[in-house]
Amino acid sequence: MKELVIISGKGGTGKTSVTAGFAALADRAVLADCDVDAADLHLVLKPRTYKSEDFSGGKTARIVAERCTGCGTCAGVCRFGAVILPDPDAGGAYRIDPTACEGCKVCVEFCPAAAIAFEDTINGRWHIGQTRFGPLVYAELGVAEENSGKLVSLIRKEARALAVDKGCDLLIVDGSPGVGCPVIASIAGADLVLIVTEPTLSGRHDLGRVADLARHFGVPAAVCVNKADINPALSEQICSEAAERSLSVLASIPYDPQVTAAQVAGQTIIELGPGPAERVVRRLWEQTLDLLNGRMAAR
Amino acid sequence: MNGLRTIAVASGKGGTGKTTVATNLAVLLARQGHAVQYIDGDVEAPNGHIFLRPDITHSRCVTVPVPTVDSSRCTGCGRCGQICQFKAIVPVKSSVLTFEQLCHSCGGCLRVCPVQAIEEKPLDIGRVDIGRTDGPDFVQGTLRIGSVRSVALIRAVRTHAADRGVVILDAPPGTSCPVIAAVRGVDFVLLVTEPTPFGLHDLKLAAAMVRHLGLAHGVVINRSGLADEATEMFCRGEGIEILARIPDDRRIAETYSNGGLILDVAPNLGDIFSALARRLLA
Amino acid sequence: MKIAVTAQGPDLDAAVDPRFGRAAYFLLVDTETMDFSLMENEASQAAGGAGVSAAQAVIDAGAEAVLTGNCGPNAFRTLKAGGVSVYTGVSGTVREAIEGYVAGRFSPDAGANVQSHHGTEPQE
Repeated sequence: MKELVIISGKGGTGKTSVTAGFAALADRAVLADCDVDAADLHLVLKPRTYKSEDFSGGKTARIVAERCTGCGTCAGVCRFGAVILPDPDAGGAYRIDPTACEGCKVCVEFCPAAAIAFEDTINGRWHIGQTRFGPLVYAELGVAEENSGKLVSLIRKEARALAVDKGCDLLIVDGSPGVGCPVIASIAGADLVLIVTEPTLSGRHDLGRVADLARHFGVPAAVCVNKADINPALSEQICSEAAERSLSVLASIPYDPQVTAAQVAGQTIIELGPGPAERVVRRLWEQTLDLLNGRMAAR
Repeated sequence: MNGLRTIAVASGKGGTGKTTVATNLAVLLARQGHAVQYIDGDVEAPNGHIFLRPDITHSRCVTVPVPTVDSSRCTGCGRCGQICQFKAIVPVKSSVLTFEQLCHSCGGCLRVCPVQAIEEKPLDIGRVDIGRTDGPDFVQGTLRIGSVRSVALIRAVRTHAADRGVVILDAPPGTSCPVIAAVRGVDFVLLVTEPTPFGLHDLKLAAAMVRHLGLAHGVVINRSGLADEATEMFCRGEGIEILARIPDDRRIAETYSNGGLILDVAPNLGDIFSALARRLLA
Repeated sequence: MKIAVTAQGPDLDAAVDPRFGRAAYFLLVDTETMDFSLMENEASQAAGGAGVSAAQAVIDAGAEAVLTGNCGPNAFRTLKAGGVSVYTGVSGTVREAIEGYVAGRFSPDAGANVQSHHGTEPQE
């Protein structure tokens, strides 16, 4: 079973549109949306959800008001500014701000009145649904919740188990933007990472960072340039820089209003019909498969 | 203009135009004579420098404290391992292992150690660069590749916020902890969106986040004209003001792609940003 | 002697799990009798430090060696501190793995054979 993860470094390069296109072209694949902070793949794939579960990423402290003596020890030991002081006029208990609480348990340990509970945080929910292209595992984090990568790891784990269970030999993962915990958790151990970039200075800058990240974690990577014709000179430059890093550029997708039209229609670029971008995405898919199956060297 | 305003520019979805709006707004305000500081809080992928081209005057390395154990004092009681929620300090047989990359720097282990065998040492997580342009002053954070401490770095970046004038804070995309660290306590959040189904879906998440944090907010629609109705309806329904609409124009995309400021692309873009500035600072 | 083997299923005919920290199960096997006890790997649910937690569980269970597909740097460090030898590159069924070990076909690793998964590797 091979795992392909599509990432971007910079947001908005078209990673989810490419992933959706691949879902339409793949034969017997499991799909996963690991961009849990802004999960969009399900909007196109429209899963019929058959399993949903709460997700707990850690624990949060909660002061039990009736037991609080107002000593302020918690505020003194908290390094995350999570303790809300009581109103000096009203008196009353200290409180923990759950959006700031790091879940370190130090206040719990040091409260002389044992007035602080330490409870599983429900950070979000994850789901498995059936789509017209196969099963999709996806999730959404709750508002203002920590995105440590644990939920991402859980989605990958469930998706892998599903692939094994259904005898699928491909897992296609829509990854997260950036280079932090969620991306690291998306790509670690993947067979191939496809970086979708765009010919802008920002895109080029972030391609560098995410390529470094993939190398840092020993994951083979390849590149595709989306909206390539909005700046042909920069597209060229990105391609030659990629070559210098021994990164294959598998395709350059032209800017095509059909990509947005497909999104608005709730379809993949492939389903909308033949077009400039659609043609290249089909070629990109073949190239990606070749790379995944060892018929070509990534670097 | 009345005193200090800290305006964060955020979005649920990446790539909607946060940095475009933040940098162009900062430049426009500076041109109008305000004291302006631009802070790039997207420490994983800071791009503001591409458009503002600052002269960096100084940089500082940012560290977080992680534990170091004096094994000659350690009695092997194991209390450090018991309190640590993150497996960053792990007593195993007769030694105590520390895993710096798992540490959240809470200080719990050193507090519980009965023999003061644990001290803290600094772990490099990235840097802050401070600089100047002809217009806004400039601050950016850059996370070390492989580090997971975005939140700590963003907090460090924000300590450099100016205490006068307008501060424009370019936030990371999304709605999770790094964004919270970037926008917490600001006077106003500008939510930049694009009128596509993905954009609207993620705008709803971002709006919920700023409401949750109790922050005043408004919307900027970038690439306006694509399919605005659904976005307009959402904002109307939630009572969220749309403060500016930037048109969907290939020239804007091209200018942006070359690292140019879009203020000067077409005459009306300057007006759009002036109007936005007026509504923000009124 | 007692050996821990990572497993994708709950018995000796299960395939060896290629992962350590996030392995589905550990089978703790007595190499002489082939009696075994089953450990569900609770660490597989951990946010970070799964490798460390899994290693602690294996050490606490009294294993002297671990047979697995791969082992990351945090798990390796912990196992080493706990005096547990690590053998990576092991595949096939758990039963076959034990037989291979007893026949002396494996040699112990000097370090982790894969990168860490969660940004938990020591920075360069």
